[in-house]
Amino acid sequence: MTRFSPRAILLASAIAVAPLSAAWAETPADVLVVAHTIDDIISLDPAQSFEFSGNDVTQNLYSRLVDFDPLNLEAGFQPSLAEKWEVSEDGKTITLTLREGVTFQSGNPVRAEDAAWSLQRAVKLDKSPAFILTQFGLTPENVDQMVKADGNTVSITMDQPYAQSFVLNCLSASVASVIDKETVLQHVEGDDLGNAWLTTNSAGSGPYALAAWRPNEVVQLTAFENYFGGAPKMKRVIVKNVQESSAQRLQLEAGDIDVARNLTPSDIEGVTGKEGIVIKDEPRGRILYMGMSQRDPLLSQAPVQQAMRHLIDFEGMANSFLKGQWRIHQNFIPEGYLGASDENPWTYDIEAAKKILTDAGITGGTITTKVRDLREYLDVAQTLQASMAQAGLTLNIEQMTGAQVLDAYRAREVPIFLGEWGPDYADPQTNAGTFAWNPDNEGKGSTLAWRNSYAVPAAMQEAVKAATLEGDSDKRKQMYLDIQAEYRANAPILPLFQRVEQAAMRDTVKDWSAGGAVTSVMYHQVSKGE
Amino acid sequence: MTRTAPTGGQALPPAGAAPVPALPPAPGSGRLAATGRRARALGGILLSLALTLLGLLLVTFIIGRVMPIDPVLKVVGERATPEQYEAARQAMGLDQPLAVQFLTYIGDVLRGDFGRSISTGHPVAEDLRRVFPATLELAAMGTLIGVLAGVPLGVVAAARRGGWVDQIARVAALVGYSMPIFWLGLMGLLVFYGILGWVGGPGRQDILYDGMVPEVTRLLLIDSALAGDWGAFRDAFGHIILPASLLGYFSLAYISRMTRSFMLEQLSAEYITTARVKGLSEGRVVWGHAFRNIAVPLVTVIALSFGSLLEGSVLTEIIFSWPGIGSYITKTLLAGDMNAVLGGTIVVGVCFIGLNVLSDLLYRFLDPRAA
Repeated sequence: MTRFSPRAILLASAIAVAPLSAAWAETPADVLVVAHTIDDIISLDPAQSFEFSGNDVTQNLYSRLVDFDPLNLEAGFQPSLAEKWEVSEDGKTITLTLREGVTFQSGNPVRAEDAAWSLQRAVKLDKSPAFILTQFGLTPENVDQMVKADGNTVSITMDQPYAQSFVLNCLSASVASVIDKETVLQHVEGDDLGNAWLTTNSAGSGPYALAAWRPNEVVQLTAFENYFGGAPKMKRVIVKNVQESSAQRLQLEAGDIDVARNLTPSDIEGVTGKEGIVIKDEPRGRILYMGMSQRDPLLSQAPVQQAMRHLIDFEGMANSFLKGQWRIHQNFIPEGYLGASDENPWTYDIEAAKKILTDAGITGGTITTKVRDLREYLDVAQTLQASMAQAGLTLNIEQMTGAQVLDAYRAREVPIFLGEWGPDYADPQTNAGTFAWNPDNEGKGSTLAWRNSYAVPAAMQEAVKAATLEGDSDKRKQMYLDIQAEYRANAPILPLFQRVEQAAMRDTVKDWSAGGAVTSVMYHQVSKGE
Repeated sequence: MTRTAPTGGQALPPAGAAPVPALPPAPGSGRLAATGRRARALGGILLSLALTLLGLLLVTFIIGRVMPIDPVLKVVGERATPEQYEAARQAMGLDQPLAVQFLTYIGDVLRGDFGRSISTGHPVAEDLRRVFPATLELAAMGTLIGVLAGVPLGVVAAARRGGWVDQIARVAALVGYSMPIFWLGLMGLLVFYGILGWVGGPGRQDILYDGMVPEVTRLLLIDSALAGDWGAFRDAFGHIILPASLLGYFSLAYISRMTRSFMLEQLSAEYITTARVKGLSEGRVVWGHAFRNIAVPLVTVIALSFGSLLEGSVLTEIIFSWPGIGSYITKTLLAGDMNAVLGGTIVVGVCFIGLNVLSDLLYRFLDPRAA
């Protein structure tokens, strides 16, 4: 038998492996490679897509009547496929005039007819995001009369004179994307209006076309050179599904990707200051909140709700396990939205909490709640458990999967709910309409207030309704500030933190925008240079 | 002369898989009768295959339905109104009795329709065509490494019992059994990809080669070799070698220990003493006599090891962003996406049964008595 010395074996394996070195120092100059967790995409049809990663894709495949400027999100919605609009005297009809000379990626012209059909289609399909349009009184039955194309204008008639800003903010949502009618009609199956085909294909006029979507693996986009906003600088965008933060970090350091979007606080700390890597902090729209169910005998008592406001160690959490990725925000409208408030009055004060409870004659109590088995939520729950214990309250935590907690929450069976709420469109009503809206507390509902059995005071609900109809933006803003002041004082649902996305990227990447608080990621303005 | 009796076949899950019945010698009858018997035997195999699969599907289906996970929520989202929720539930057929749901599904599968996955939006058949080759390629490479290293290691460890090779094999197996794959995978990536840059990073290939090689088998190594694109081949190899070595290491630990114990049993047998007395070289005694006699049980061990890798190694797939069937089934199961889970179960079940039949056929080839 031939015998090999250990040294010979080592040498042989080194020779065998060494030529495999595949990593390059950087990605090609006109290709943007992003690592992200994209396993939540279930459809790329704008009338159905409602997940974060799905909207990140449709945002770039399609254009809408109005859109955001990625380099100036604060300016709010801007003319996009519509170049101007006007509101009728009764305030119930908005008529938008389409830009001339714009084409879809197929080469077909973008017509008012396409815009009207796209909105009608979303209402008729009635998928998850359809309510963004149906809240204006549109139904599958009446939408053909309410949304009409005439020449190069499209008019939308509503059941009430809603605020112009409210309507246009909703038209900037993914569900209002303008779709190439002629192309989609070639792929209709039964009465699906092309839904099955559009789930995995694209027919838009946005800056990128879909080259490939392999679920849980990759999304590839190719630039649409005739994009009406100018040819995108990055000719290809590749979004790889990389679930592990440390794997994203390794690839970023090796230069195999340009942007890593899901690094944990410790990996962010690890790459901070490394040559060639920069971190961009961007506040997003998601709110981490705590709901106290009013079905719970203890939590339904006002003094307990007040005491709980002092039992949350905001600073401690924001400076430790939430560091950099969540910041204190005690209001339900996120920063970046009309009417956002930066007042954060609640402070961590065990003694104050104890005093409130003692004054009310509450000497103790036990609450058993369900928490999703995500590290962040469990850490928050355990921090709360510790501070509640100091005030004489016992919190028992049952860990379960997200789906199980959600099931229980929908059945109004979670005493203390810890979770996130992400806005559905760029208007404050998206959050006001769920945190402070519960028209039928005894019946069936689906708003956050209903799930916490919080009977929102009639005056507050009227204020929420009135804010959607207020045409003057300054007045509208003040209305939301007032609603939130009242909410901070008395509501049993406590907004705690607002999400901050920390994207780590090669320093060659310029003008990256994840879409801020109001929208999804945009690629067409991104460039790479020295 | 003693021989180790075949131990495999029936040990392979899922229980009840089809062994190949031995054909009795034809008593002077014509070719027609022999063909008839073969056809009956083949029919028997197919029937037991079908029953096994049906049982597997039934169990999976019931588990999927009793799980406290609501697939409707995945479709309508958490903000849906009760009316939207109910409409989706009916559209998905979930308001029907369980038996009706199951029979409808089986009917669709028989027509070749595996349905659409609610968590990927794609037809399940298309998803499986994508994720299964990824796992097959990884499992095959892993097993190859496990066999090429584990079998010689086990044989040498037994032949030189107590020697340094035996000690190394023991430590390697111990570490292989006890080290968390998650940690080992991350360390492997850090050292061989992050620091040394010897291998490719997570994923099956680099973006430069993505979509460049025509899809024939969907096994990247084979497809790139068929296309003669050696750059793509080297890139695919550079990506697969680390996760495959990791999986190979775990199967090495198992294969080498089993090989060693099979060999020890043979080496203490009388025919080995006879062979030595006759003056045969040690190499001939070990490889020519003892090793040939462990081939049959070894086939079972290797098939078992390959089978377990084919189910997919979920953690390895997650660390290496490997789009395989393990993470596909896990993810879809957690979403209550039963079309996808059942489709994946059929593929894995067929693989196990196929491996079972294959190892039975190999016994006949390796063991003259079974032929």
